[in-house]
Amino acid sequence: MSVDADTVRRIGRLARIKIEENDVEKLQEELNVILGFVDQLSEVDVEGVEPMTSVAPMALRRREDKVTDGGYPEKIVANAPLSEDDFFMVPKVVE
Amino acid sequence: MTTELTKLSLAETAKGLKNKDFTSKEVTASYLYAIEKAEALNAYVAVTSEQALDMAEQSDARLAKGEGGALEGVPLGIKDLFCTKGVHSQAASHILDGFKPEYESTVTQNLWNDGAVMLGKLNMDEFAMGSSNETSYYGPVINPWRAEGDNKDLVPGGSSGGSAAAVAGWLCAGATATDTGGSIRQPAAFTGTVGIKPTYGRCSRWGVVAFASSLDQAGPIARTVEDCAHLMTSMAGFDPKDSTSVDLAVPDFAAAVERGVKGLTIGVPKEYRVDGMPEEIEKLWHQGLEWLKAEGATIKDISLPHTNYALPAYYIVAPAEASSNLARFDGVKYGLRVAGKDITDMYEQTRAEGFGREVQRRVMIGTYALSAGYYDAYYLRAQKVRTLIKKDFEDVFNEGVDAILTPATPSAAFGVADQEMAKDPIKMYLNDIFTVTVNMAGLPGIAVPAGKDGQGLPLGLQLIGKPFDEETLFAAGRVIEKSHGEDFTPAQWW
Repeated sequence: MSVDADTVRRIGRLARIKIEENDVEKLQEELNVILGFVDQLSEVDVEGVEPMTSVAPMALRRREDKVTDGGYPEKIVANAPLSEDDFFMVPKVVE
Repeated sequence: MTTELTKLSLAETAKGLKNKDFTSKEVTASYLYAIEKAEALNAYVAVTSEQALDMAEQSDARLAKGEGGALEGVPLGIKDLFCTKGVHSQAASHILDGFKPEYESTVTQNLWNDGAVMLGKLNMDEFAMGSSNETSYYGPVINPWRAEGDNKDLVPGGSSGGSAAAVAGWLCAGATATDTGGSIRQPAAFTGTVGIKPTYGRCSRWGVVAFASSLDQAGPIARTVEDCAHLMTSMAGFDPKDSTSVDLAVPDFAAAVERGVKGLTIGVPKEYRVDGMPEEIEKLWHQGLEWLKAEGATIKDISLPHTNYALPAYYIVAPAEASSNLARFDGVKYGLRVAGKDITDMYEQTRAEGFGREVQRRVMIGTYALSAGYYDAYYLRAQKVRTLIKKDFEDVFNEGVDAILTPATPSAAFGVADQEMAKDPIKMYLNDIFTVTVNMAGLPGIAVPAGKDGQGLPLGLQLIGKPFDEETLFAAGRVIEKSHGEDFTPAQWW
């Protein structure tokens, strides 16, 4: 399978990465080289094979459903590029 | 100031400190001096001199009272992927500019609990995506090794290139590293050092910047097999904060190092004889088998039929998981923010400027592989192939194979800014052809220096083990280390 220029633009939007128009062709080429490489997987007979969902044979642990951590908003926002009163600040999203 | 103390192995350093032959402050100061002199290697992205000397002083106080942990006073380098409280932790990426975590990763905390001293943070490929340490925002790391009669800069491998170069160049007694497709073992092989990727679940992933969560595993790089065993004993252990951490007792790995290989069966997979493999690597592999045989191991030809599909499956699974993990870098919570005309534009501009080319490429491949209509064809198929790869290994282990010997890499270290590699990303990806299967199956693998190529550059062999049987890898790795008779110390040019 390979991607066309429109698909490259769409992947960019989905991945939230701005793609300059003059870079679309180069990116398309690069992505298609990788997709061409992984196409080998279509040779493998995977009929009746279960997908691997756990590396070690173990069930996911559960814990009691209670709050075990938190209460330090100032630490949470300490690394934010922009914050105010322990809130993350972002450009306006609703009019 | 001399750098004499930096030439000791980690085990010798720990012993000398316990015997009070020298102090941690002396060793730490020697390393800090060596780091200052080695700017040409670009191995460190942040040096924490004050903190290091402070930690050393505390270690000396404990040592003076006859107290202290297994690594008391031993100076280590930490890969920039590990979160260290209040200290540069940026995965060598522009997008994490200025990030100083409010918390400490479990693996590094384990090391500090055992008394180790942090020298600083080590350079790496951005978000651990790369095999040459050239995707780092901080520029490439230079391998301490050079080809005989040549002064061309070589790569140290990647992604843990800073860790491997710092260990080989005497800039730390040992280092933490991580391995998602070969990122511990390939740089170890390129620098004549020892590196082990433990079984998935052995070391906690908590506080380690995530790349591909089902493949990532932390491990050590050090100068000897024994040094690696000491570091791993400290780094490993159950952690309730990582849901995939395995609740299993951690053995004293160093106790297994001299166990030998008598009575063990070592598998030789025919699928690892790849086309165009240099003759010297084929020869080294054969030599490795002879060494193990001489110490009482039995050699057995085996087949791992799905080997060829491991790398293509990896280039679906790893980017898919990365695209999900890296979604958190959005210019809001930490690091870089580039202003945009609205919030979406801010996300897009931030990620376009903050991520390097290789990271963008992989996030895009992953996004595509997980997008509507393609999930079954790519991700689901890759995960099924992964089941088959894992089964290949299970079958040979069930037939009585204790460990598998393969080459670690298809070549010795190559040049910085290699044109062939830059032109074709697949060429770079092929560096991991022998190591990636191990991550796909969640197994432990160790790379041990075993010989040199025609230009005097180090070459490594890899041993692959059963789940949670790292002890056998240390024992067999030690046999190779004892047998090669080579000197793996680079001639100092920096």
